[in-house]
Amino acid sequence: MMGLLNEADRKTVQGRLEEMARPVRIVYFTQELECQFCRETGQLLAEVVSLSSRIHLETYDLQVDREKAAQYGVDKVPGTVVEGDQDYGIRFYGMPSGYEFVSLLETIVAVSRADSGLQPATREILAQLQNPVRLQVFVTPT
Amino acid sequence: MIESVEFPHLAHRHNVFGVPKTVINDRVYLEGALPEALFVDRILEASQQTAAGGGR
Repeated sequence: MMGLLNEADRKTVQGRLEEMARPVRIVYFTQELECQFCRETGQLLAEVVSLSSRIHLETYDLQVDREKAAQYGVDKVPGTVVEGDQDYGIRFYGMPSGYEFVSLLETIVAVSRADSGLQPATREILAQLQNPVRLQVFVTPT
Repeated sequence: MIESVEFPHLAHRHNVFGVPKTVINDRVYLEGALPEALFVDRILEASQQTAAGGGR
């Protein structure tokens, strides 16, 4: 099968992933039918994972592996979890291509370094939150 | 992160006409990019609203 990333892309991605510190696990939820971008998303993730020995990919079927899906709170496909020493609650729904591919790489590095990159003042404020906050960021591929 | 084109029902529910659009706790809406300090203010606001009002 032809790769989604060309040779130049692969080099660029590899360069970004060298900034990783600790291993990262990508937990990918897919399904066989009625998912336009599941196959391509799975392929893209496999190509990314092949570029670093510090990223591991686990793939589950949303319909079959219901317990795993419930554990991660994933209810849509393609659904991608990026977790490190802990699950920071980061989920990508839909294919992370275009600008979102950059977001995916930045997320992998941030999770690996266990560093959000937020300013100290921001961290202080967020530490005071009493309840979980759900952020949904709507994006488009271009 | 939610790909609007792949999940049109969610984009429709939250009136997403431009991206990025951030929805906090299903009740506070942010359009475009904001400086970090302002973004945090909106998160606090949403959290307080949620605590005061319960689920919508």
